[in-house]
Amino acid sequence: MTKVQLPLSKKESRLYMAFMWVTYISLLIGGLMGLLQTLVRSGKYTLPFNIDYYTILTVHGVILGLVLTTFFIIGFQFSLMGKTVGISDKQLKVAWLSFWVMLIGTIMAAVTILVGEASVLYTFYAPLRAHPAFYIGLALVIIGSWIAAFVNFRQLYVWKKAHKGEKSPLPAFMVIINMLMWFIATIGVATSVLVLFIPWSLGYAETINVLLSRTLFWYFGHPLVYFWLLPAYMAWYVVIPKIIGGKLFSDALARMAFILLLMFSIPVGFHHQLTEPGIDPTWKFIQVVLTFMVVIPSLMTAFSIFATFETTGRRKGFKSLFGWFKKLPWKDVRFLAPFIGMAAFIPGGAGGIVNASHQMNALVHNTIWITGHFHLTAATTVILTFFGITYWLVPHLTGRRLTPRLNKLGIIQTFIWTFGMTIMSGSMHIQGLLGGPRRSSFSEYAGGEQVATWINYQIAQAVGGTILFIGILLMVYIFIQLTFFAPRGVQEYPIAVEEDDAEPTPKILENWYLWIGITIALILFAYTIPVIDILKHSPPGSLPFDWPIGR
Amino acid sequence: MGKRNTVQHQPNPHESTHSLKGTFIAVMLLGVFILVSWFGFYALFLSR
Amino acid sequence: MHLHKYEKIWLVFGMASLVLFLLIIGFAAFWKGTHPQSHIETIDPQNVEAHDAFKPENLGIREVADGKYIVNIVASAFNYDFGKDTEGNAIKTIRVPKGSTVLYQITTKDVVHGFQVAGTNVNMMVEPGHISRYEAVMKNVGEFTIVCNEYCGIGHHQMYGTVEVYE
Repeated sequence: MTKVQLPLSKKESRLYMAFMWVTYISLLIGGLMGLLQTLVRSGKYTLPFNIDYYTILTVHGVILGLVLTTFFIIGFQFSLMGKTVGISDKQLKVAWLSFWVMLIGTIMAAVTILVGEASVLYTFYAPLRAHPAFYIGLALVIIGSWIAAFVNFRQLYVWKKAHKGEKSPLPAFMVIINMLMWFIATIGVATSVLVLFIPWSLGYAETINVLLSRTLFWYFGHPLVYFWLLPAYMAWYVVIPKIIGGKLFSDALARMAFILLLMFSIPVGFHHQLTEPGIDPTWKFIQVVLTFMVVIPSLMTAFSIFATFETTGRRKGFKSLFGWFKKLPWKDVRFLAPFIGMAAFIPGGAGGIVNASHQMNALVHNTIWITGHFHLTAATTVILTFFGITYWLVPHLTGRRLTPRLNKLGIIQTFIWTFGMTIMSGSMHIQGLLGGPRRSSFSEYAGGEQVATWINYQIAQAVGGTILFIGILLMVYIFIQLTFFAPRGVQEYPIAVEEDDAEPTPKILENWYLWIGITIALILFAYTIPVIDILKHSPPGSLPFDWPIGR
Repeated sequence: MGKRNTVQHQPNPHESTHSLKGTFIAVMLLGVFILVSWFGFYALFLSR
Repeated sequence: MHLHKYEKIWLVFGMASLVLFLLIIGFAAFWKGTHPQSHIETIDPQNVEAHDAFKPENLGIREVADGKYIVNIVASAFNYDFGKDTEGNAIKTIRVPKGSTVLYQITTKDVVHGFQVAGTNVNMMVEPGHISRYEAVMKNVGEFTIVCNEYCGIGHHQMYGTVEVYE
């Protein structure tokens, strides 16, 4: 691995910051929507100006789940590539193109939702029909992200040609894995949007195959969550060791974990469709087995992280069994925020195994437990790690530094987030087990004891949501401080290096043909027969429905 | 980097089995947590 | 590639746990038949009445044998049609004695819906063109809210019913 970090030029820093700007504007807008949802669901507040609950729910899901994440990830990954393999002027231009295409798509989709023409939630299940501009906007976001992916591929290719026989830098390797997975997975949703939804929403196709559209969506939907998680893993593997003053635990194992994530993140979409009528249960079970395989790289990651902590601590001279743990840099927010994220992944991951357990999915499917689940994994594990990255990445890019005061504010932010999320996600989990549905505005249904219990938990969620929104305001404040007002200086870009006596990484780990080949083979195995089944046994297609979403 | 040999000049701290004891206990606790919670939810599923 | 001894033990332990989970749910699914609902029967969503189970007169609950019931339901935005009682009012509550075996059969005339008898394992997606079907033993006494748990439009949260299980 290259020991020398490349300096980031002003020009490239501007690009990476552009992605950060969209991220934090999205956080503010999406977070406000989240706050409003929890307030409405408490039953004590109604939205002004006749705004519909499901409009703000759609904004929340699209802006935070699709926009914030994708922009942050692509910006962060570009910076990792710039740091380790460099970017040429031409590549930079194309990278800007990806930014603008994604931004135009985002604005198109967001405006369509805000004017009430696309209250279909971020999963846009047919046959609810949104305005075509919504689907076209989403397609542009995906196409923009593909442009970014191909710039990344080109960056590594150029570097490899100039460094014959050397292994690629670990961060660059990880970025390429994530973008490969993203590209392979988004082909599904892009096909669905371009071939099924856009012609149908424009009226060129009369009907749509609902089950096929859902299957294509979830072929993308699960790798989507791993697309969020992998950048967090990048930070855990290569950034955190440096921040705590240590080295990489194992370059080879980190690469192996990422390869496994590439292979097993995609052929698993059926575990989101376990309670659907039209899919053969044997194929559901096969994908459940594959889903369990994707747990393995996370088990490896858990070991790796603890081992990095322990090795680093022991090298500093802490001898007792857990002495090394006490001496971690708890007062450094660049460590603390991602650490809480890691801790949240313990219940998050355990809950995920429950969700994927075939018939047991009926316990939680579409209950608000699921919402609680991804607010632990995405909105805590991933987002706190992203915040943790922001604390050093933004000042590094703007030529400023993280001051002790901002560090302290960051620590307060982390605590606010942890506290608010414990209340909100915890009460969502419990309410879900009691049968409370997700994606639902306030309702007393038929009344009775069961519903009364749900409403109590919804009040708790409003409390948690309010605390979280305070955390969002504080985070946006910190972002603005780091961008414009923090004192000028040099903020380190922390990338850990290997041990001096590390074992060489096996060459096979960079045999892209092999890993991509296995990935595609697994996808074909998991999907070919069930998709043929779905096509062969299709019911009559569905006409579009506009009125249920108030169009 | 990869060209360095693996001959150890001094006891390598991350190789002695003693030094990762804490890690081992931590991950095993994690494993027990996963097992216990899974069986808990399975029992709830069966009771319904 | 080198794996530390402890990491090997950990991975073997972790993978063995996953295999154990799979054996348990796999045994339950393939030998005991408790797959998640996957009925794979299709229907024309614009003409659900053509199917015997979803003719207006066949909707609602019917006792087919001692302690065995069938409940036929047609979902549409934003209502579950359980048929009408003798006075012509729409039925909203299904009543069964504790321990009865109930087969729920449901389809939709328009968009995707959910059907969950909250607090039980009856939890299905309801999709146009497909029939969802799940048989459950109602083991516990109580009033269970039926909720639509998949977003179906702006009245989604007003779509409900009740299952009452009595002693």
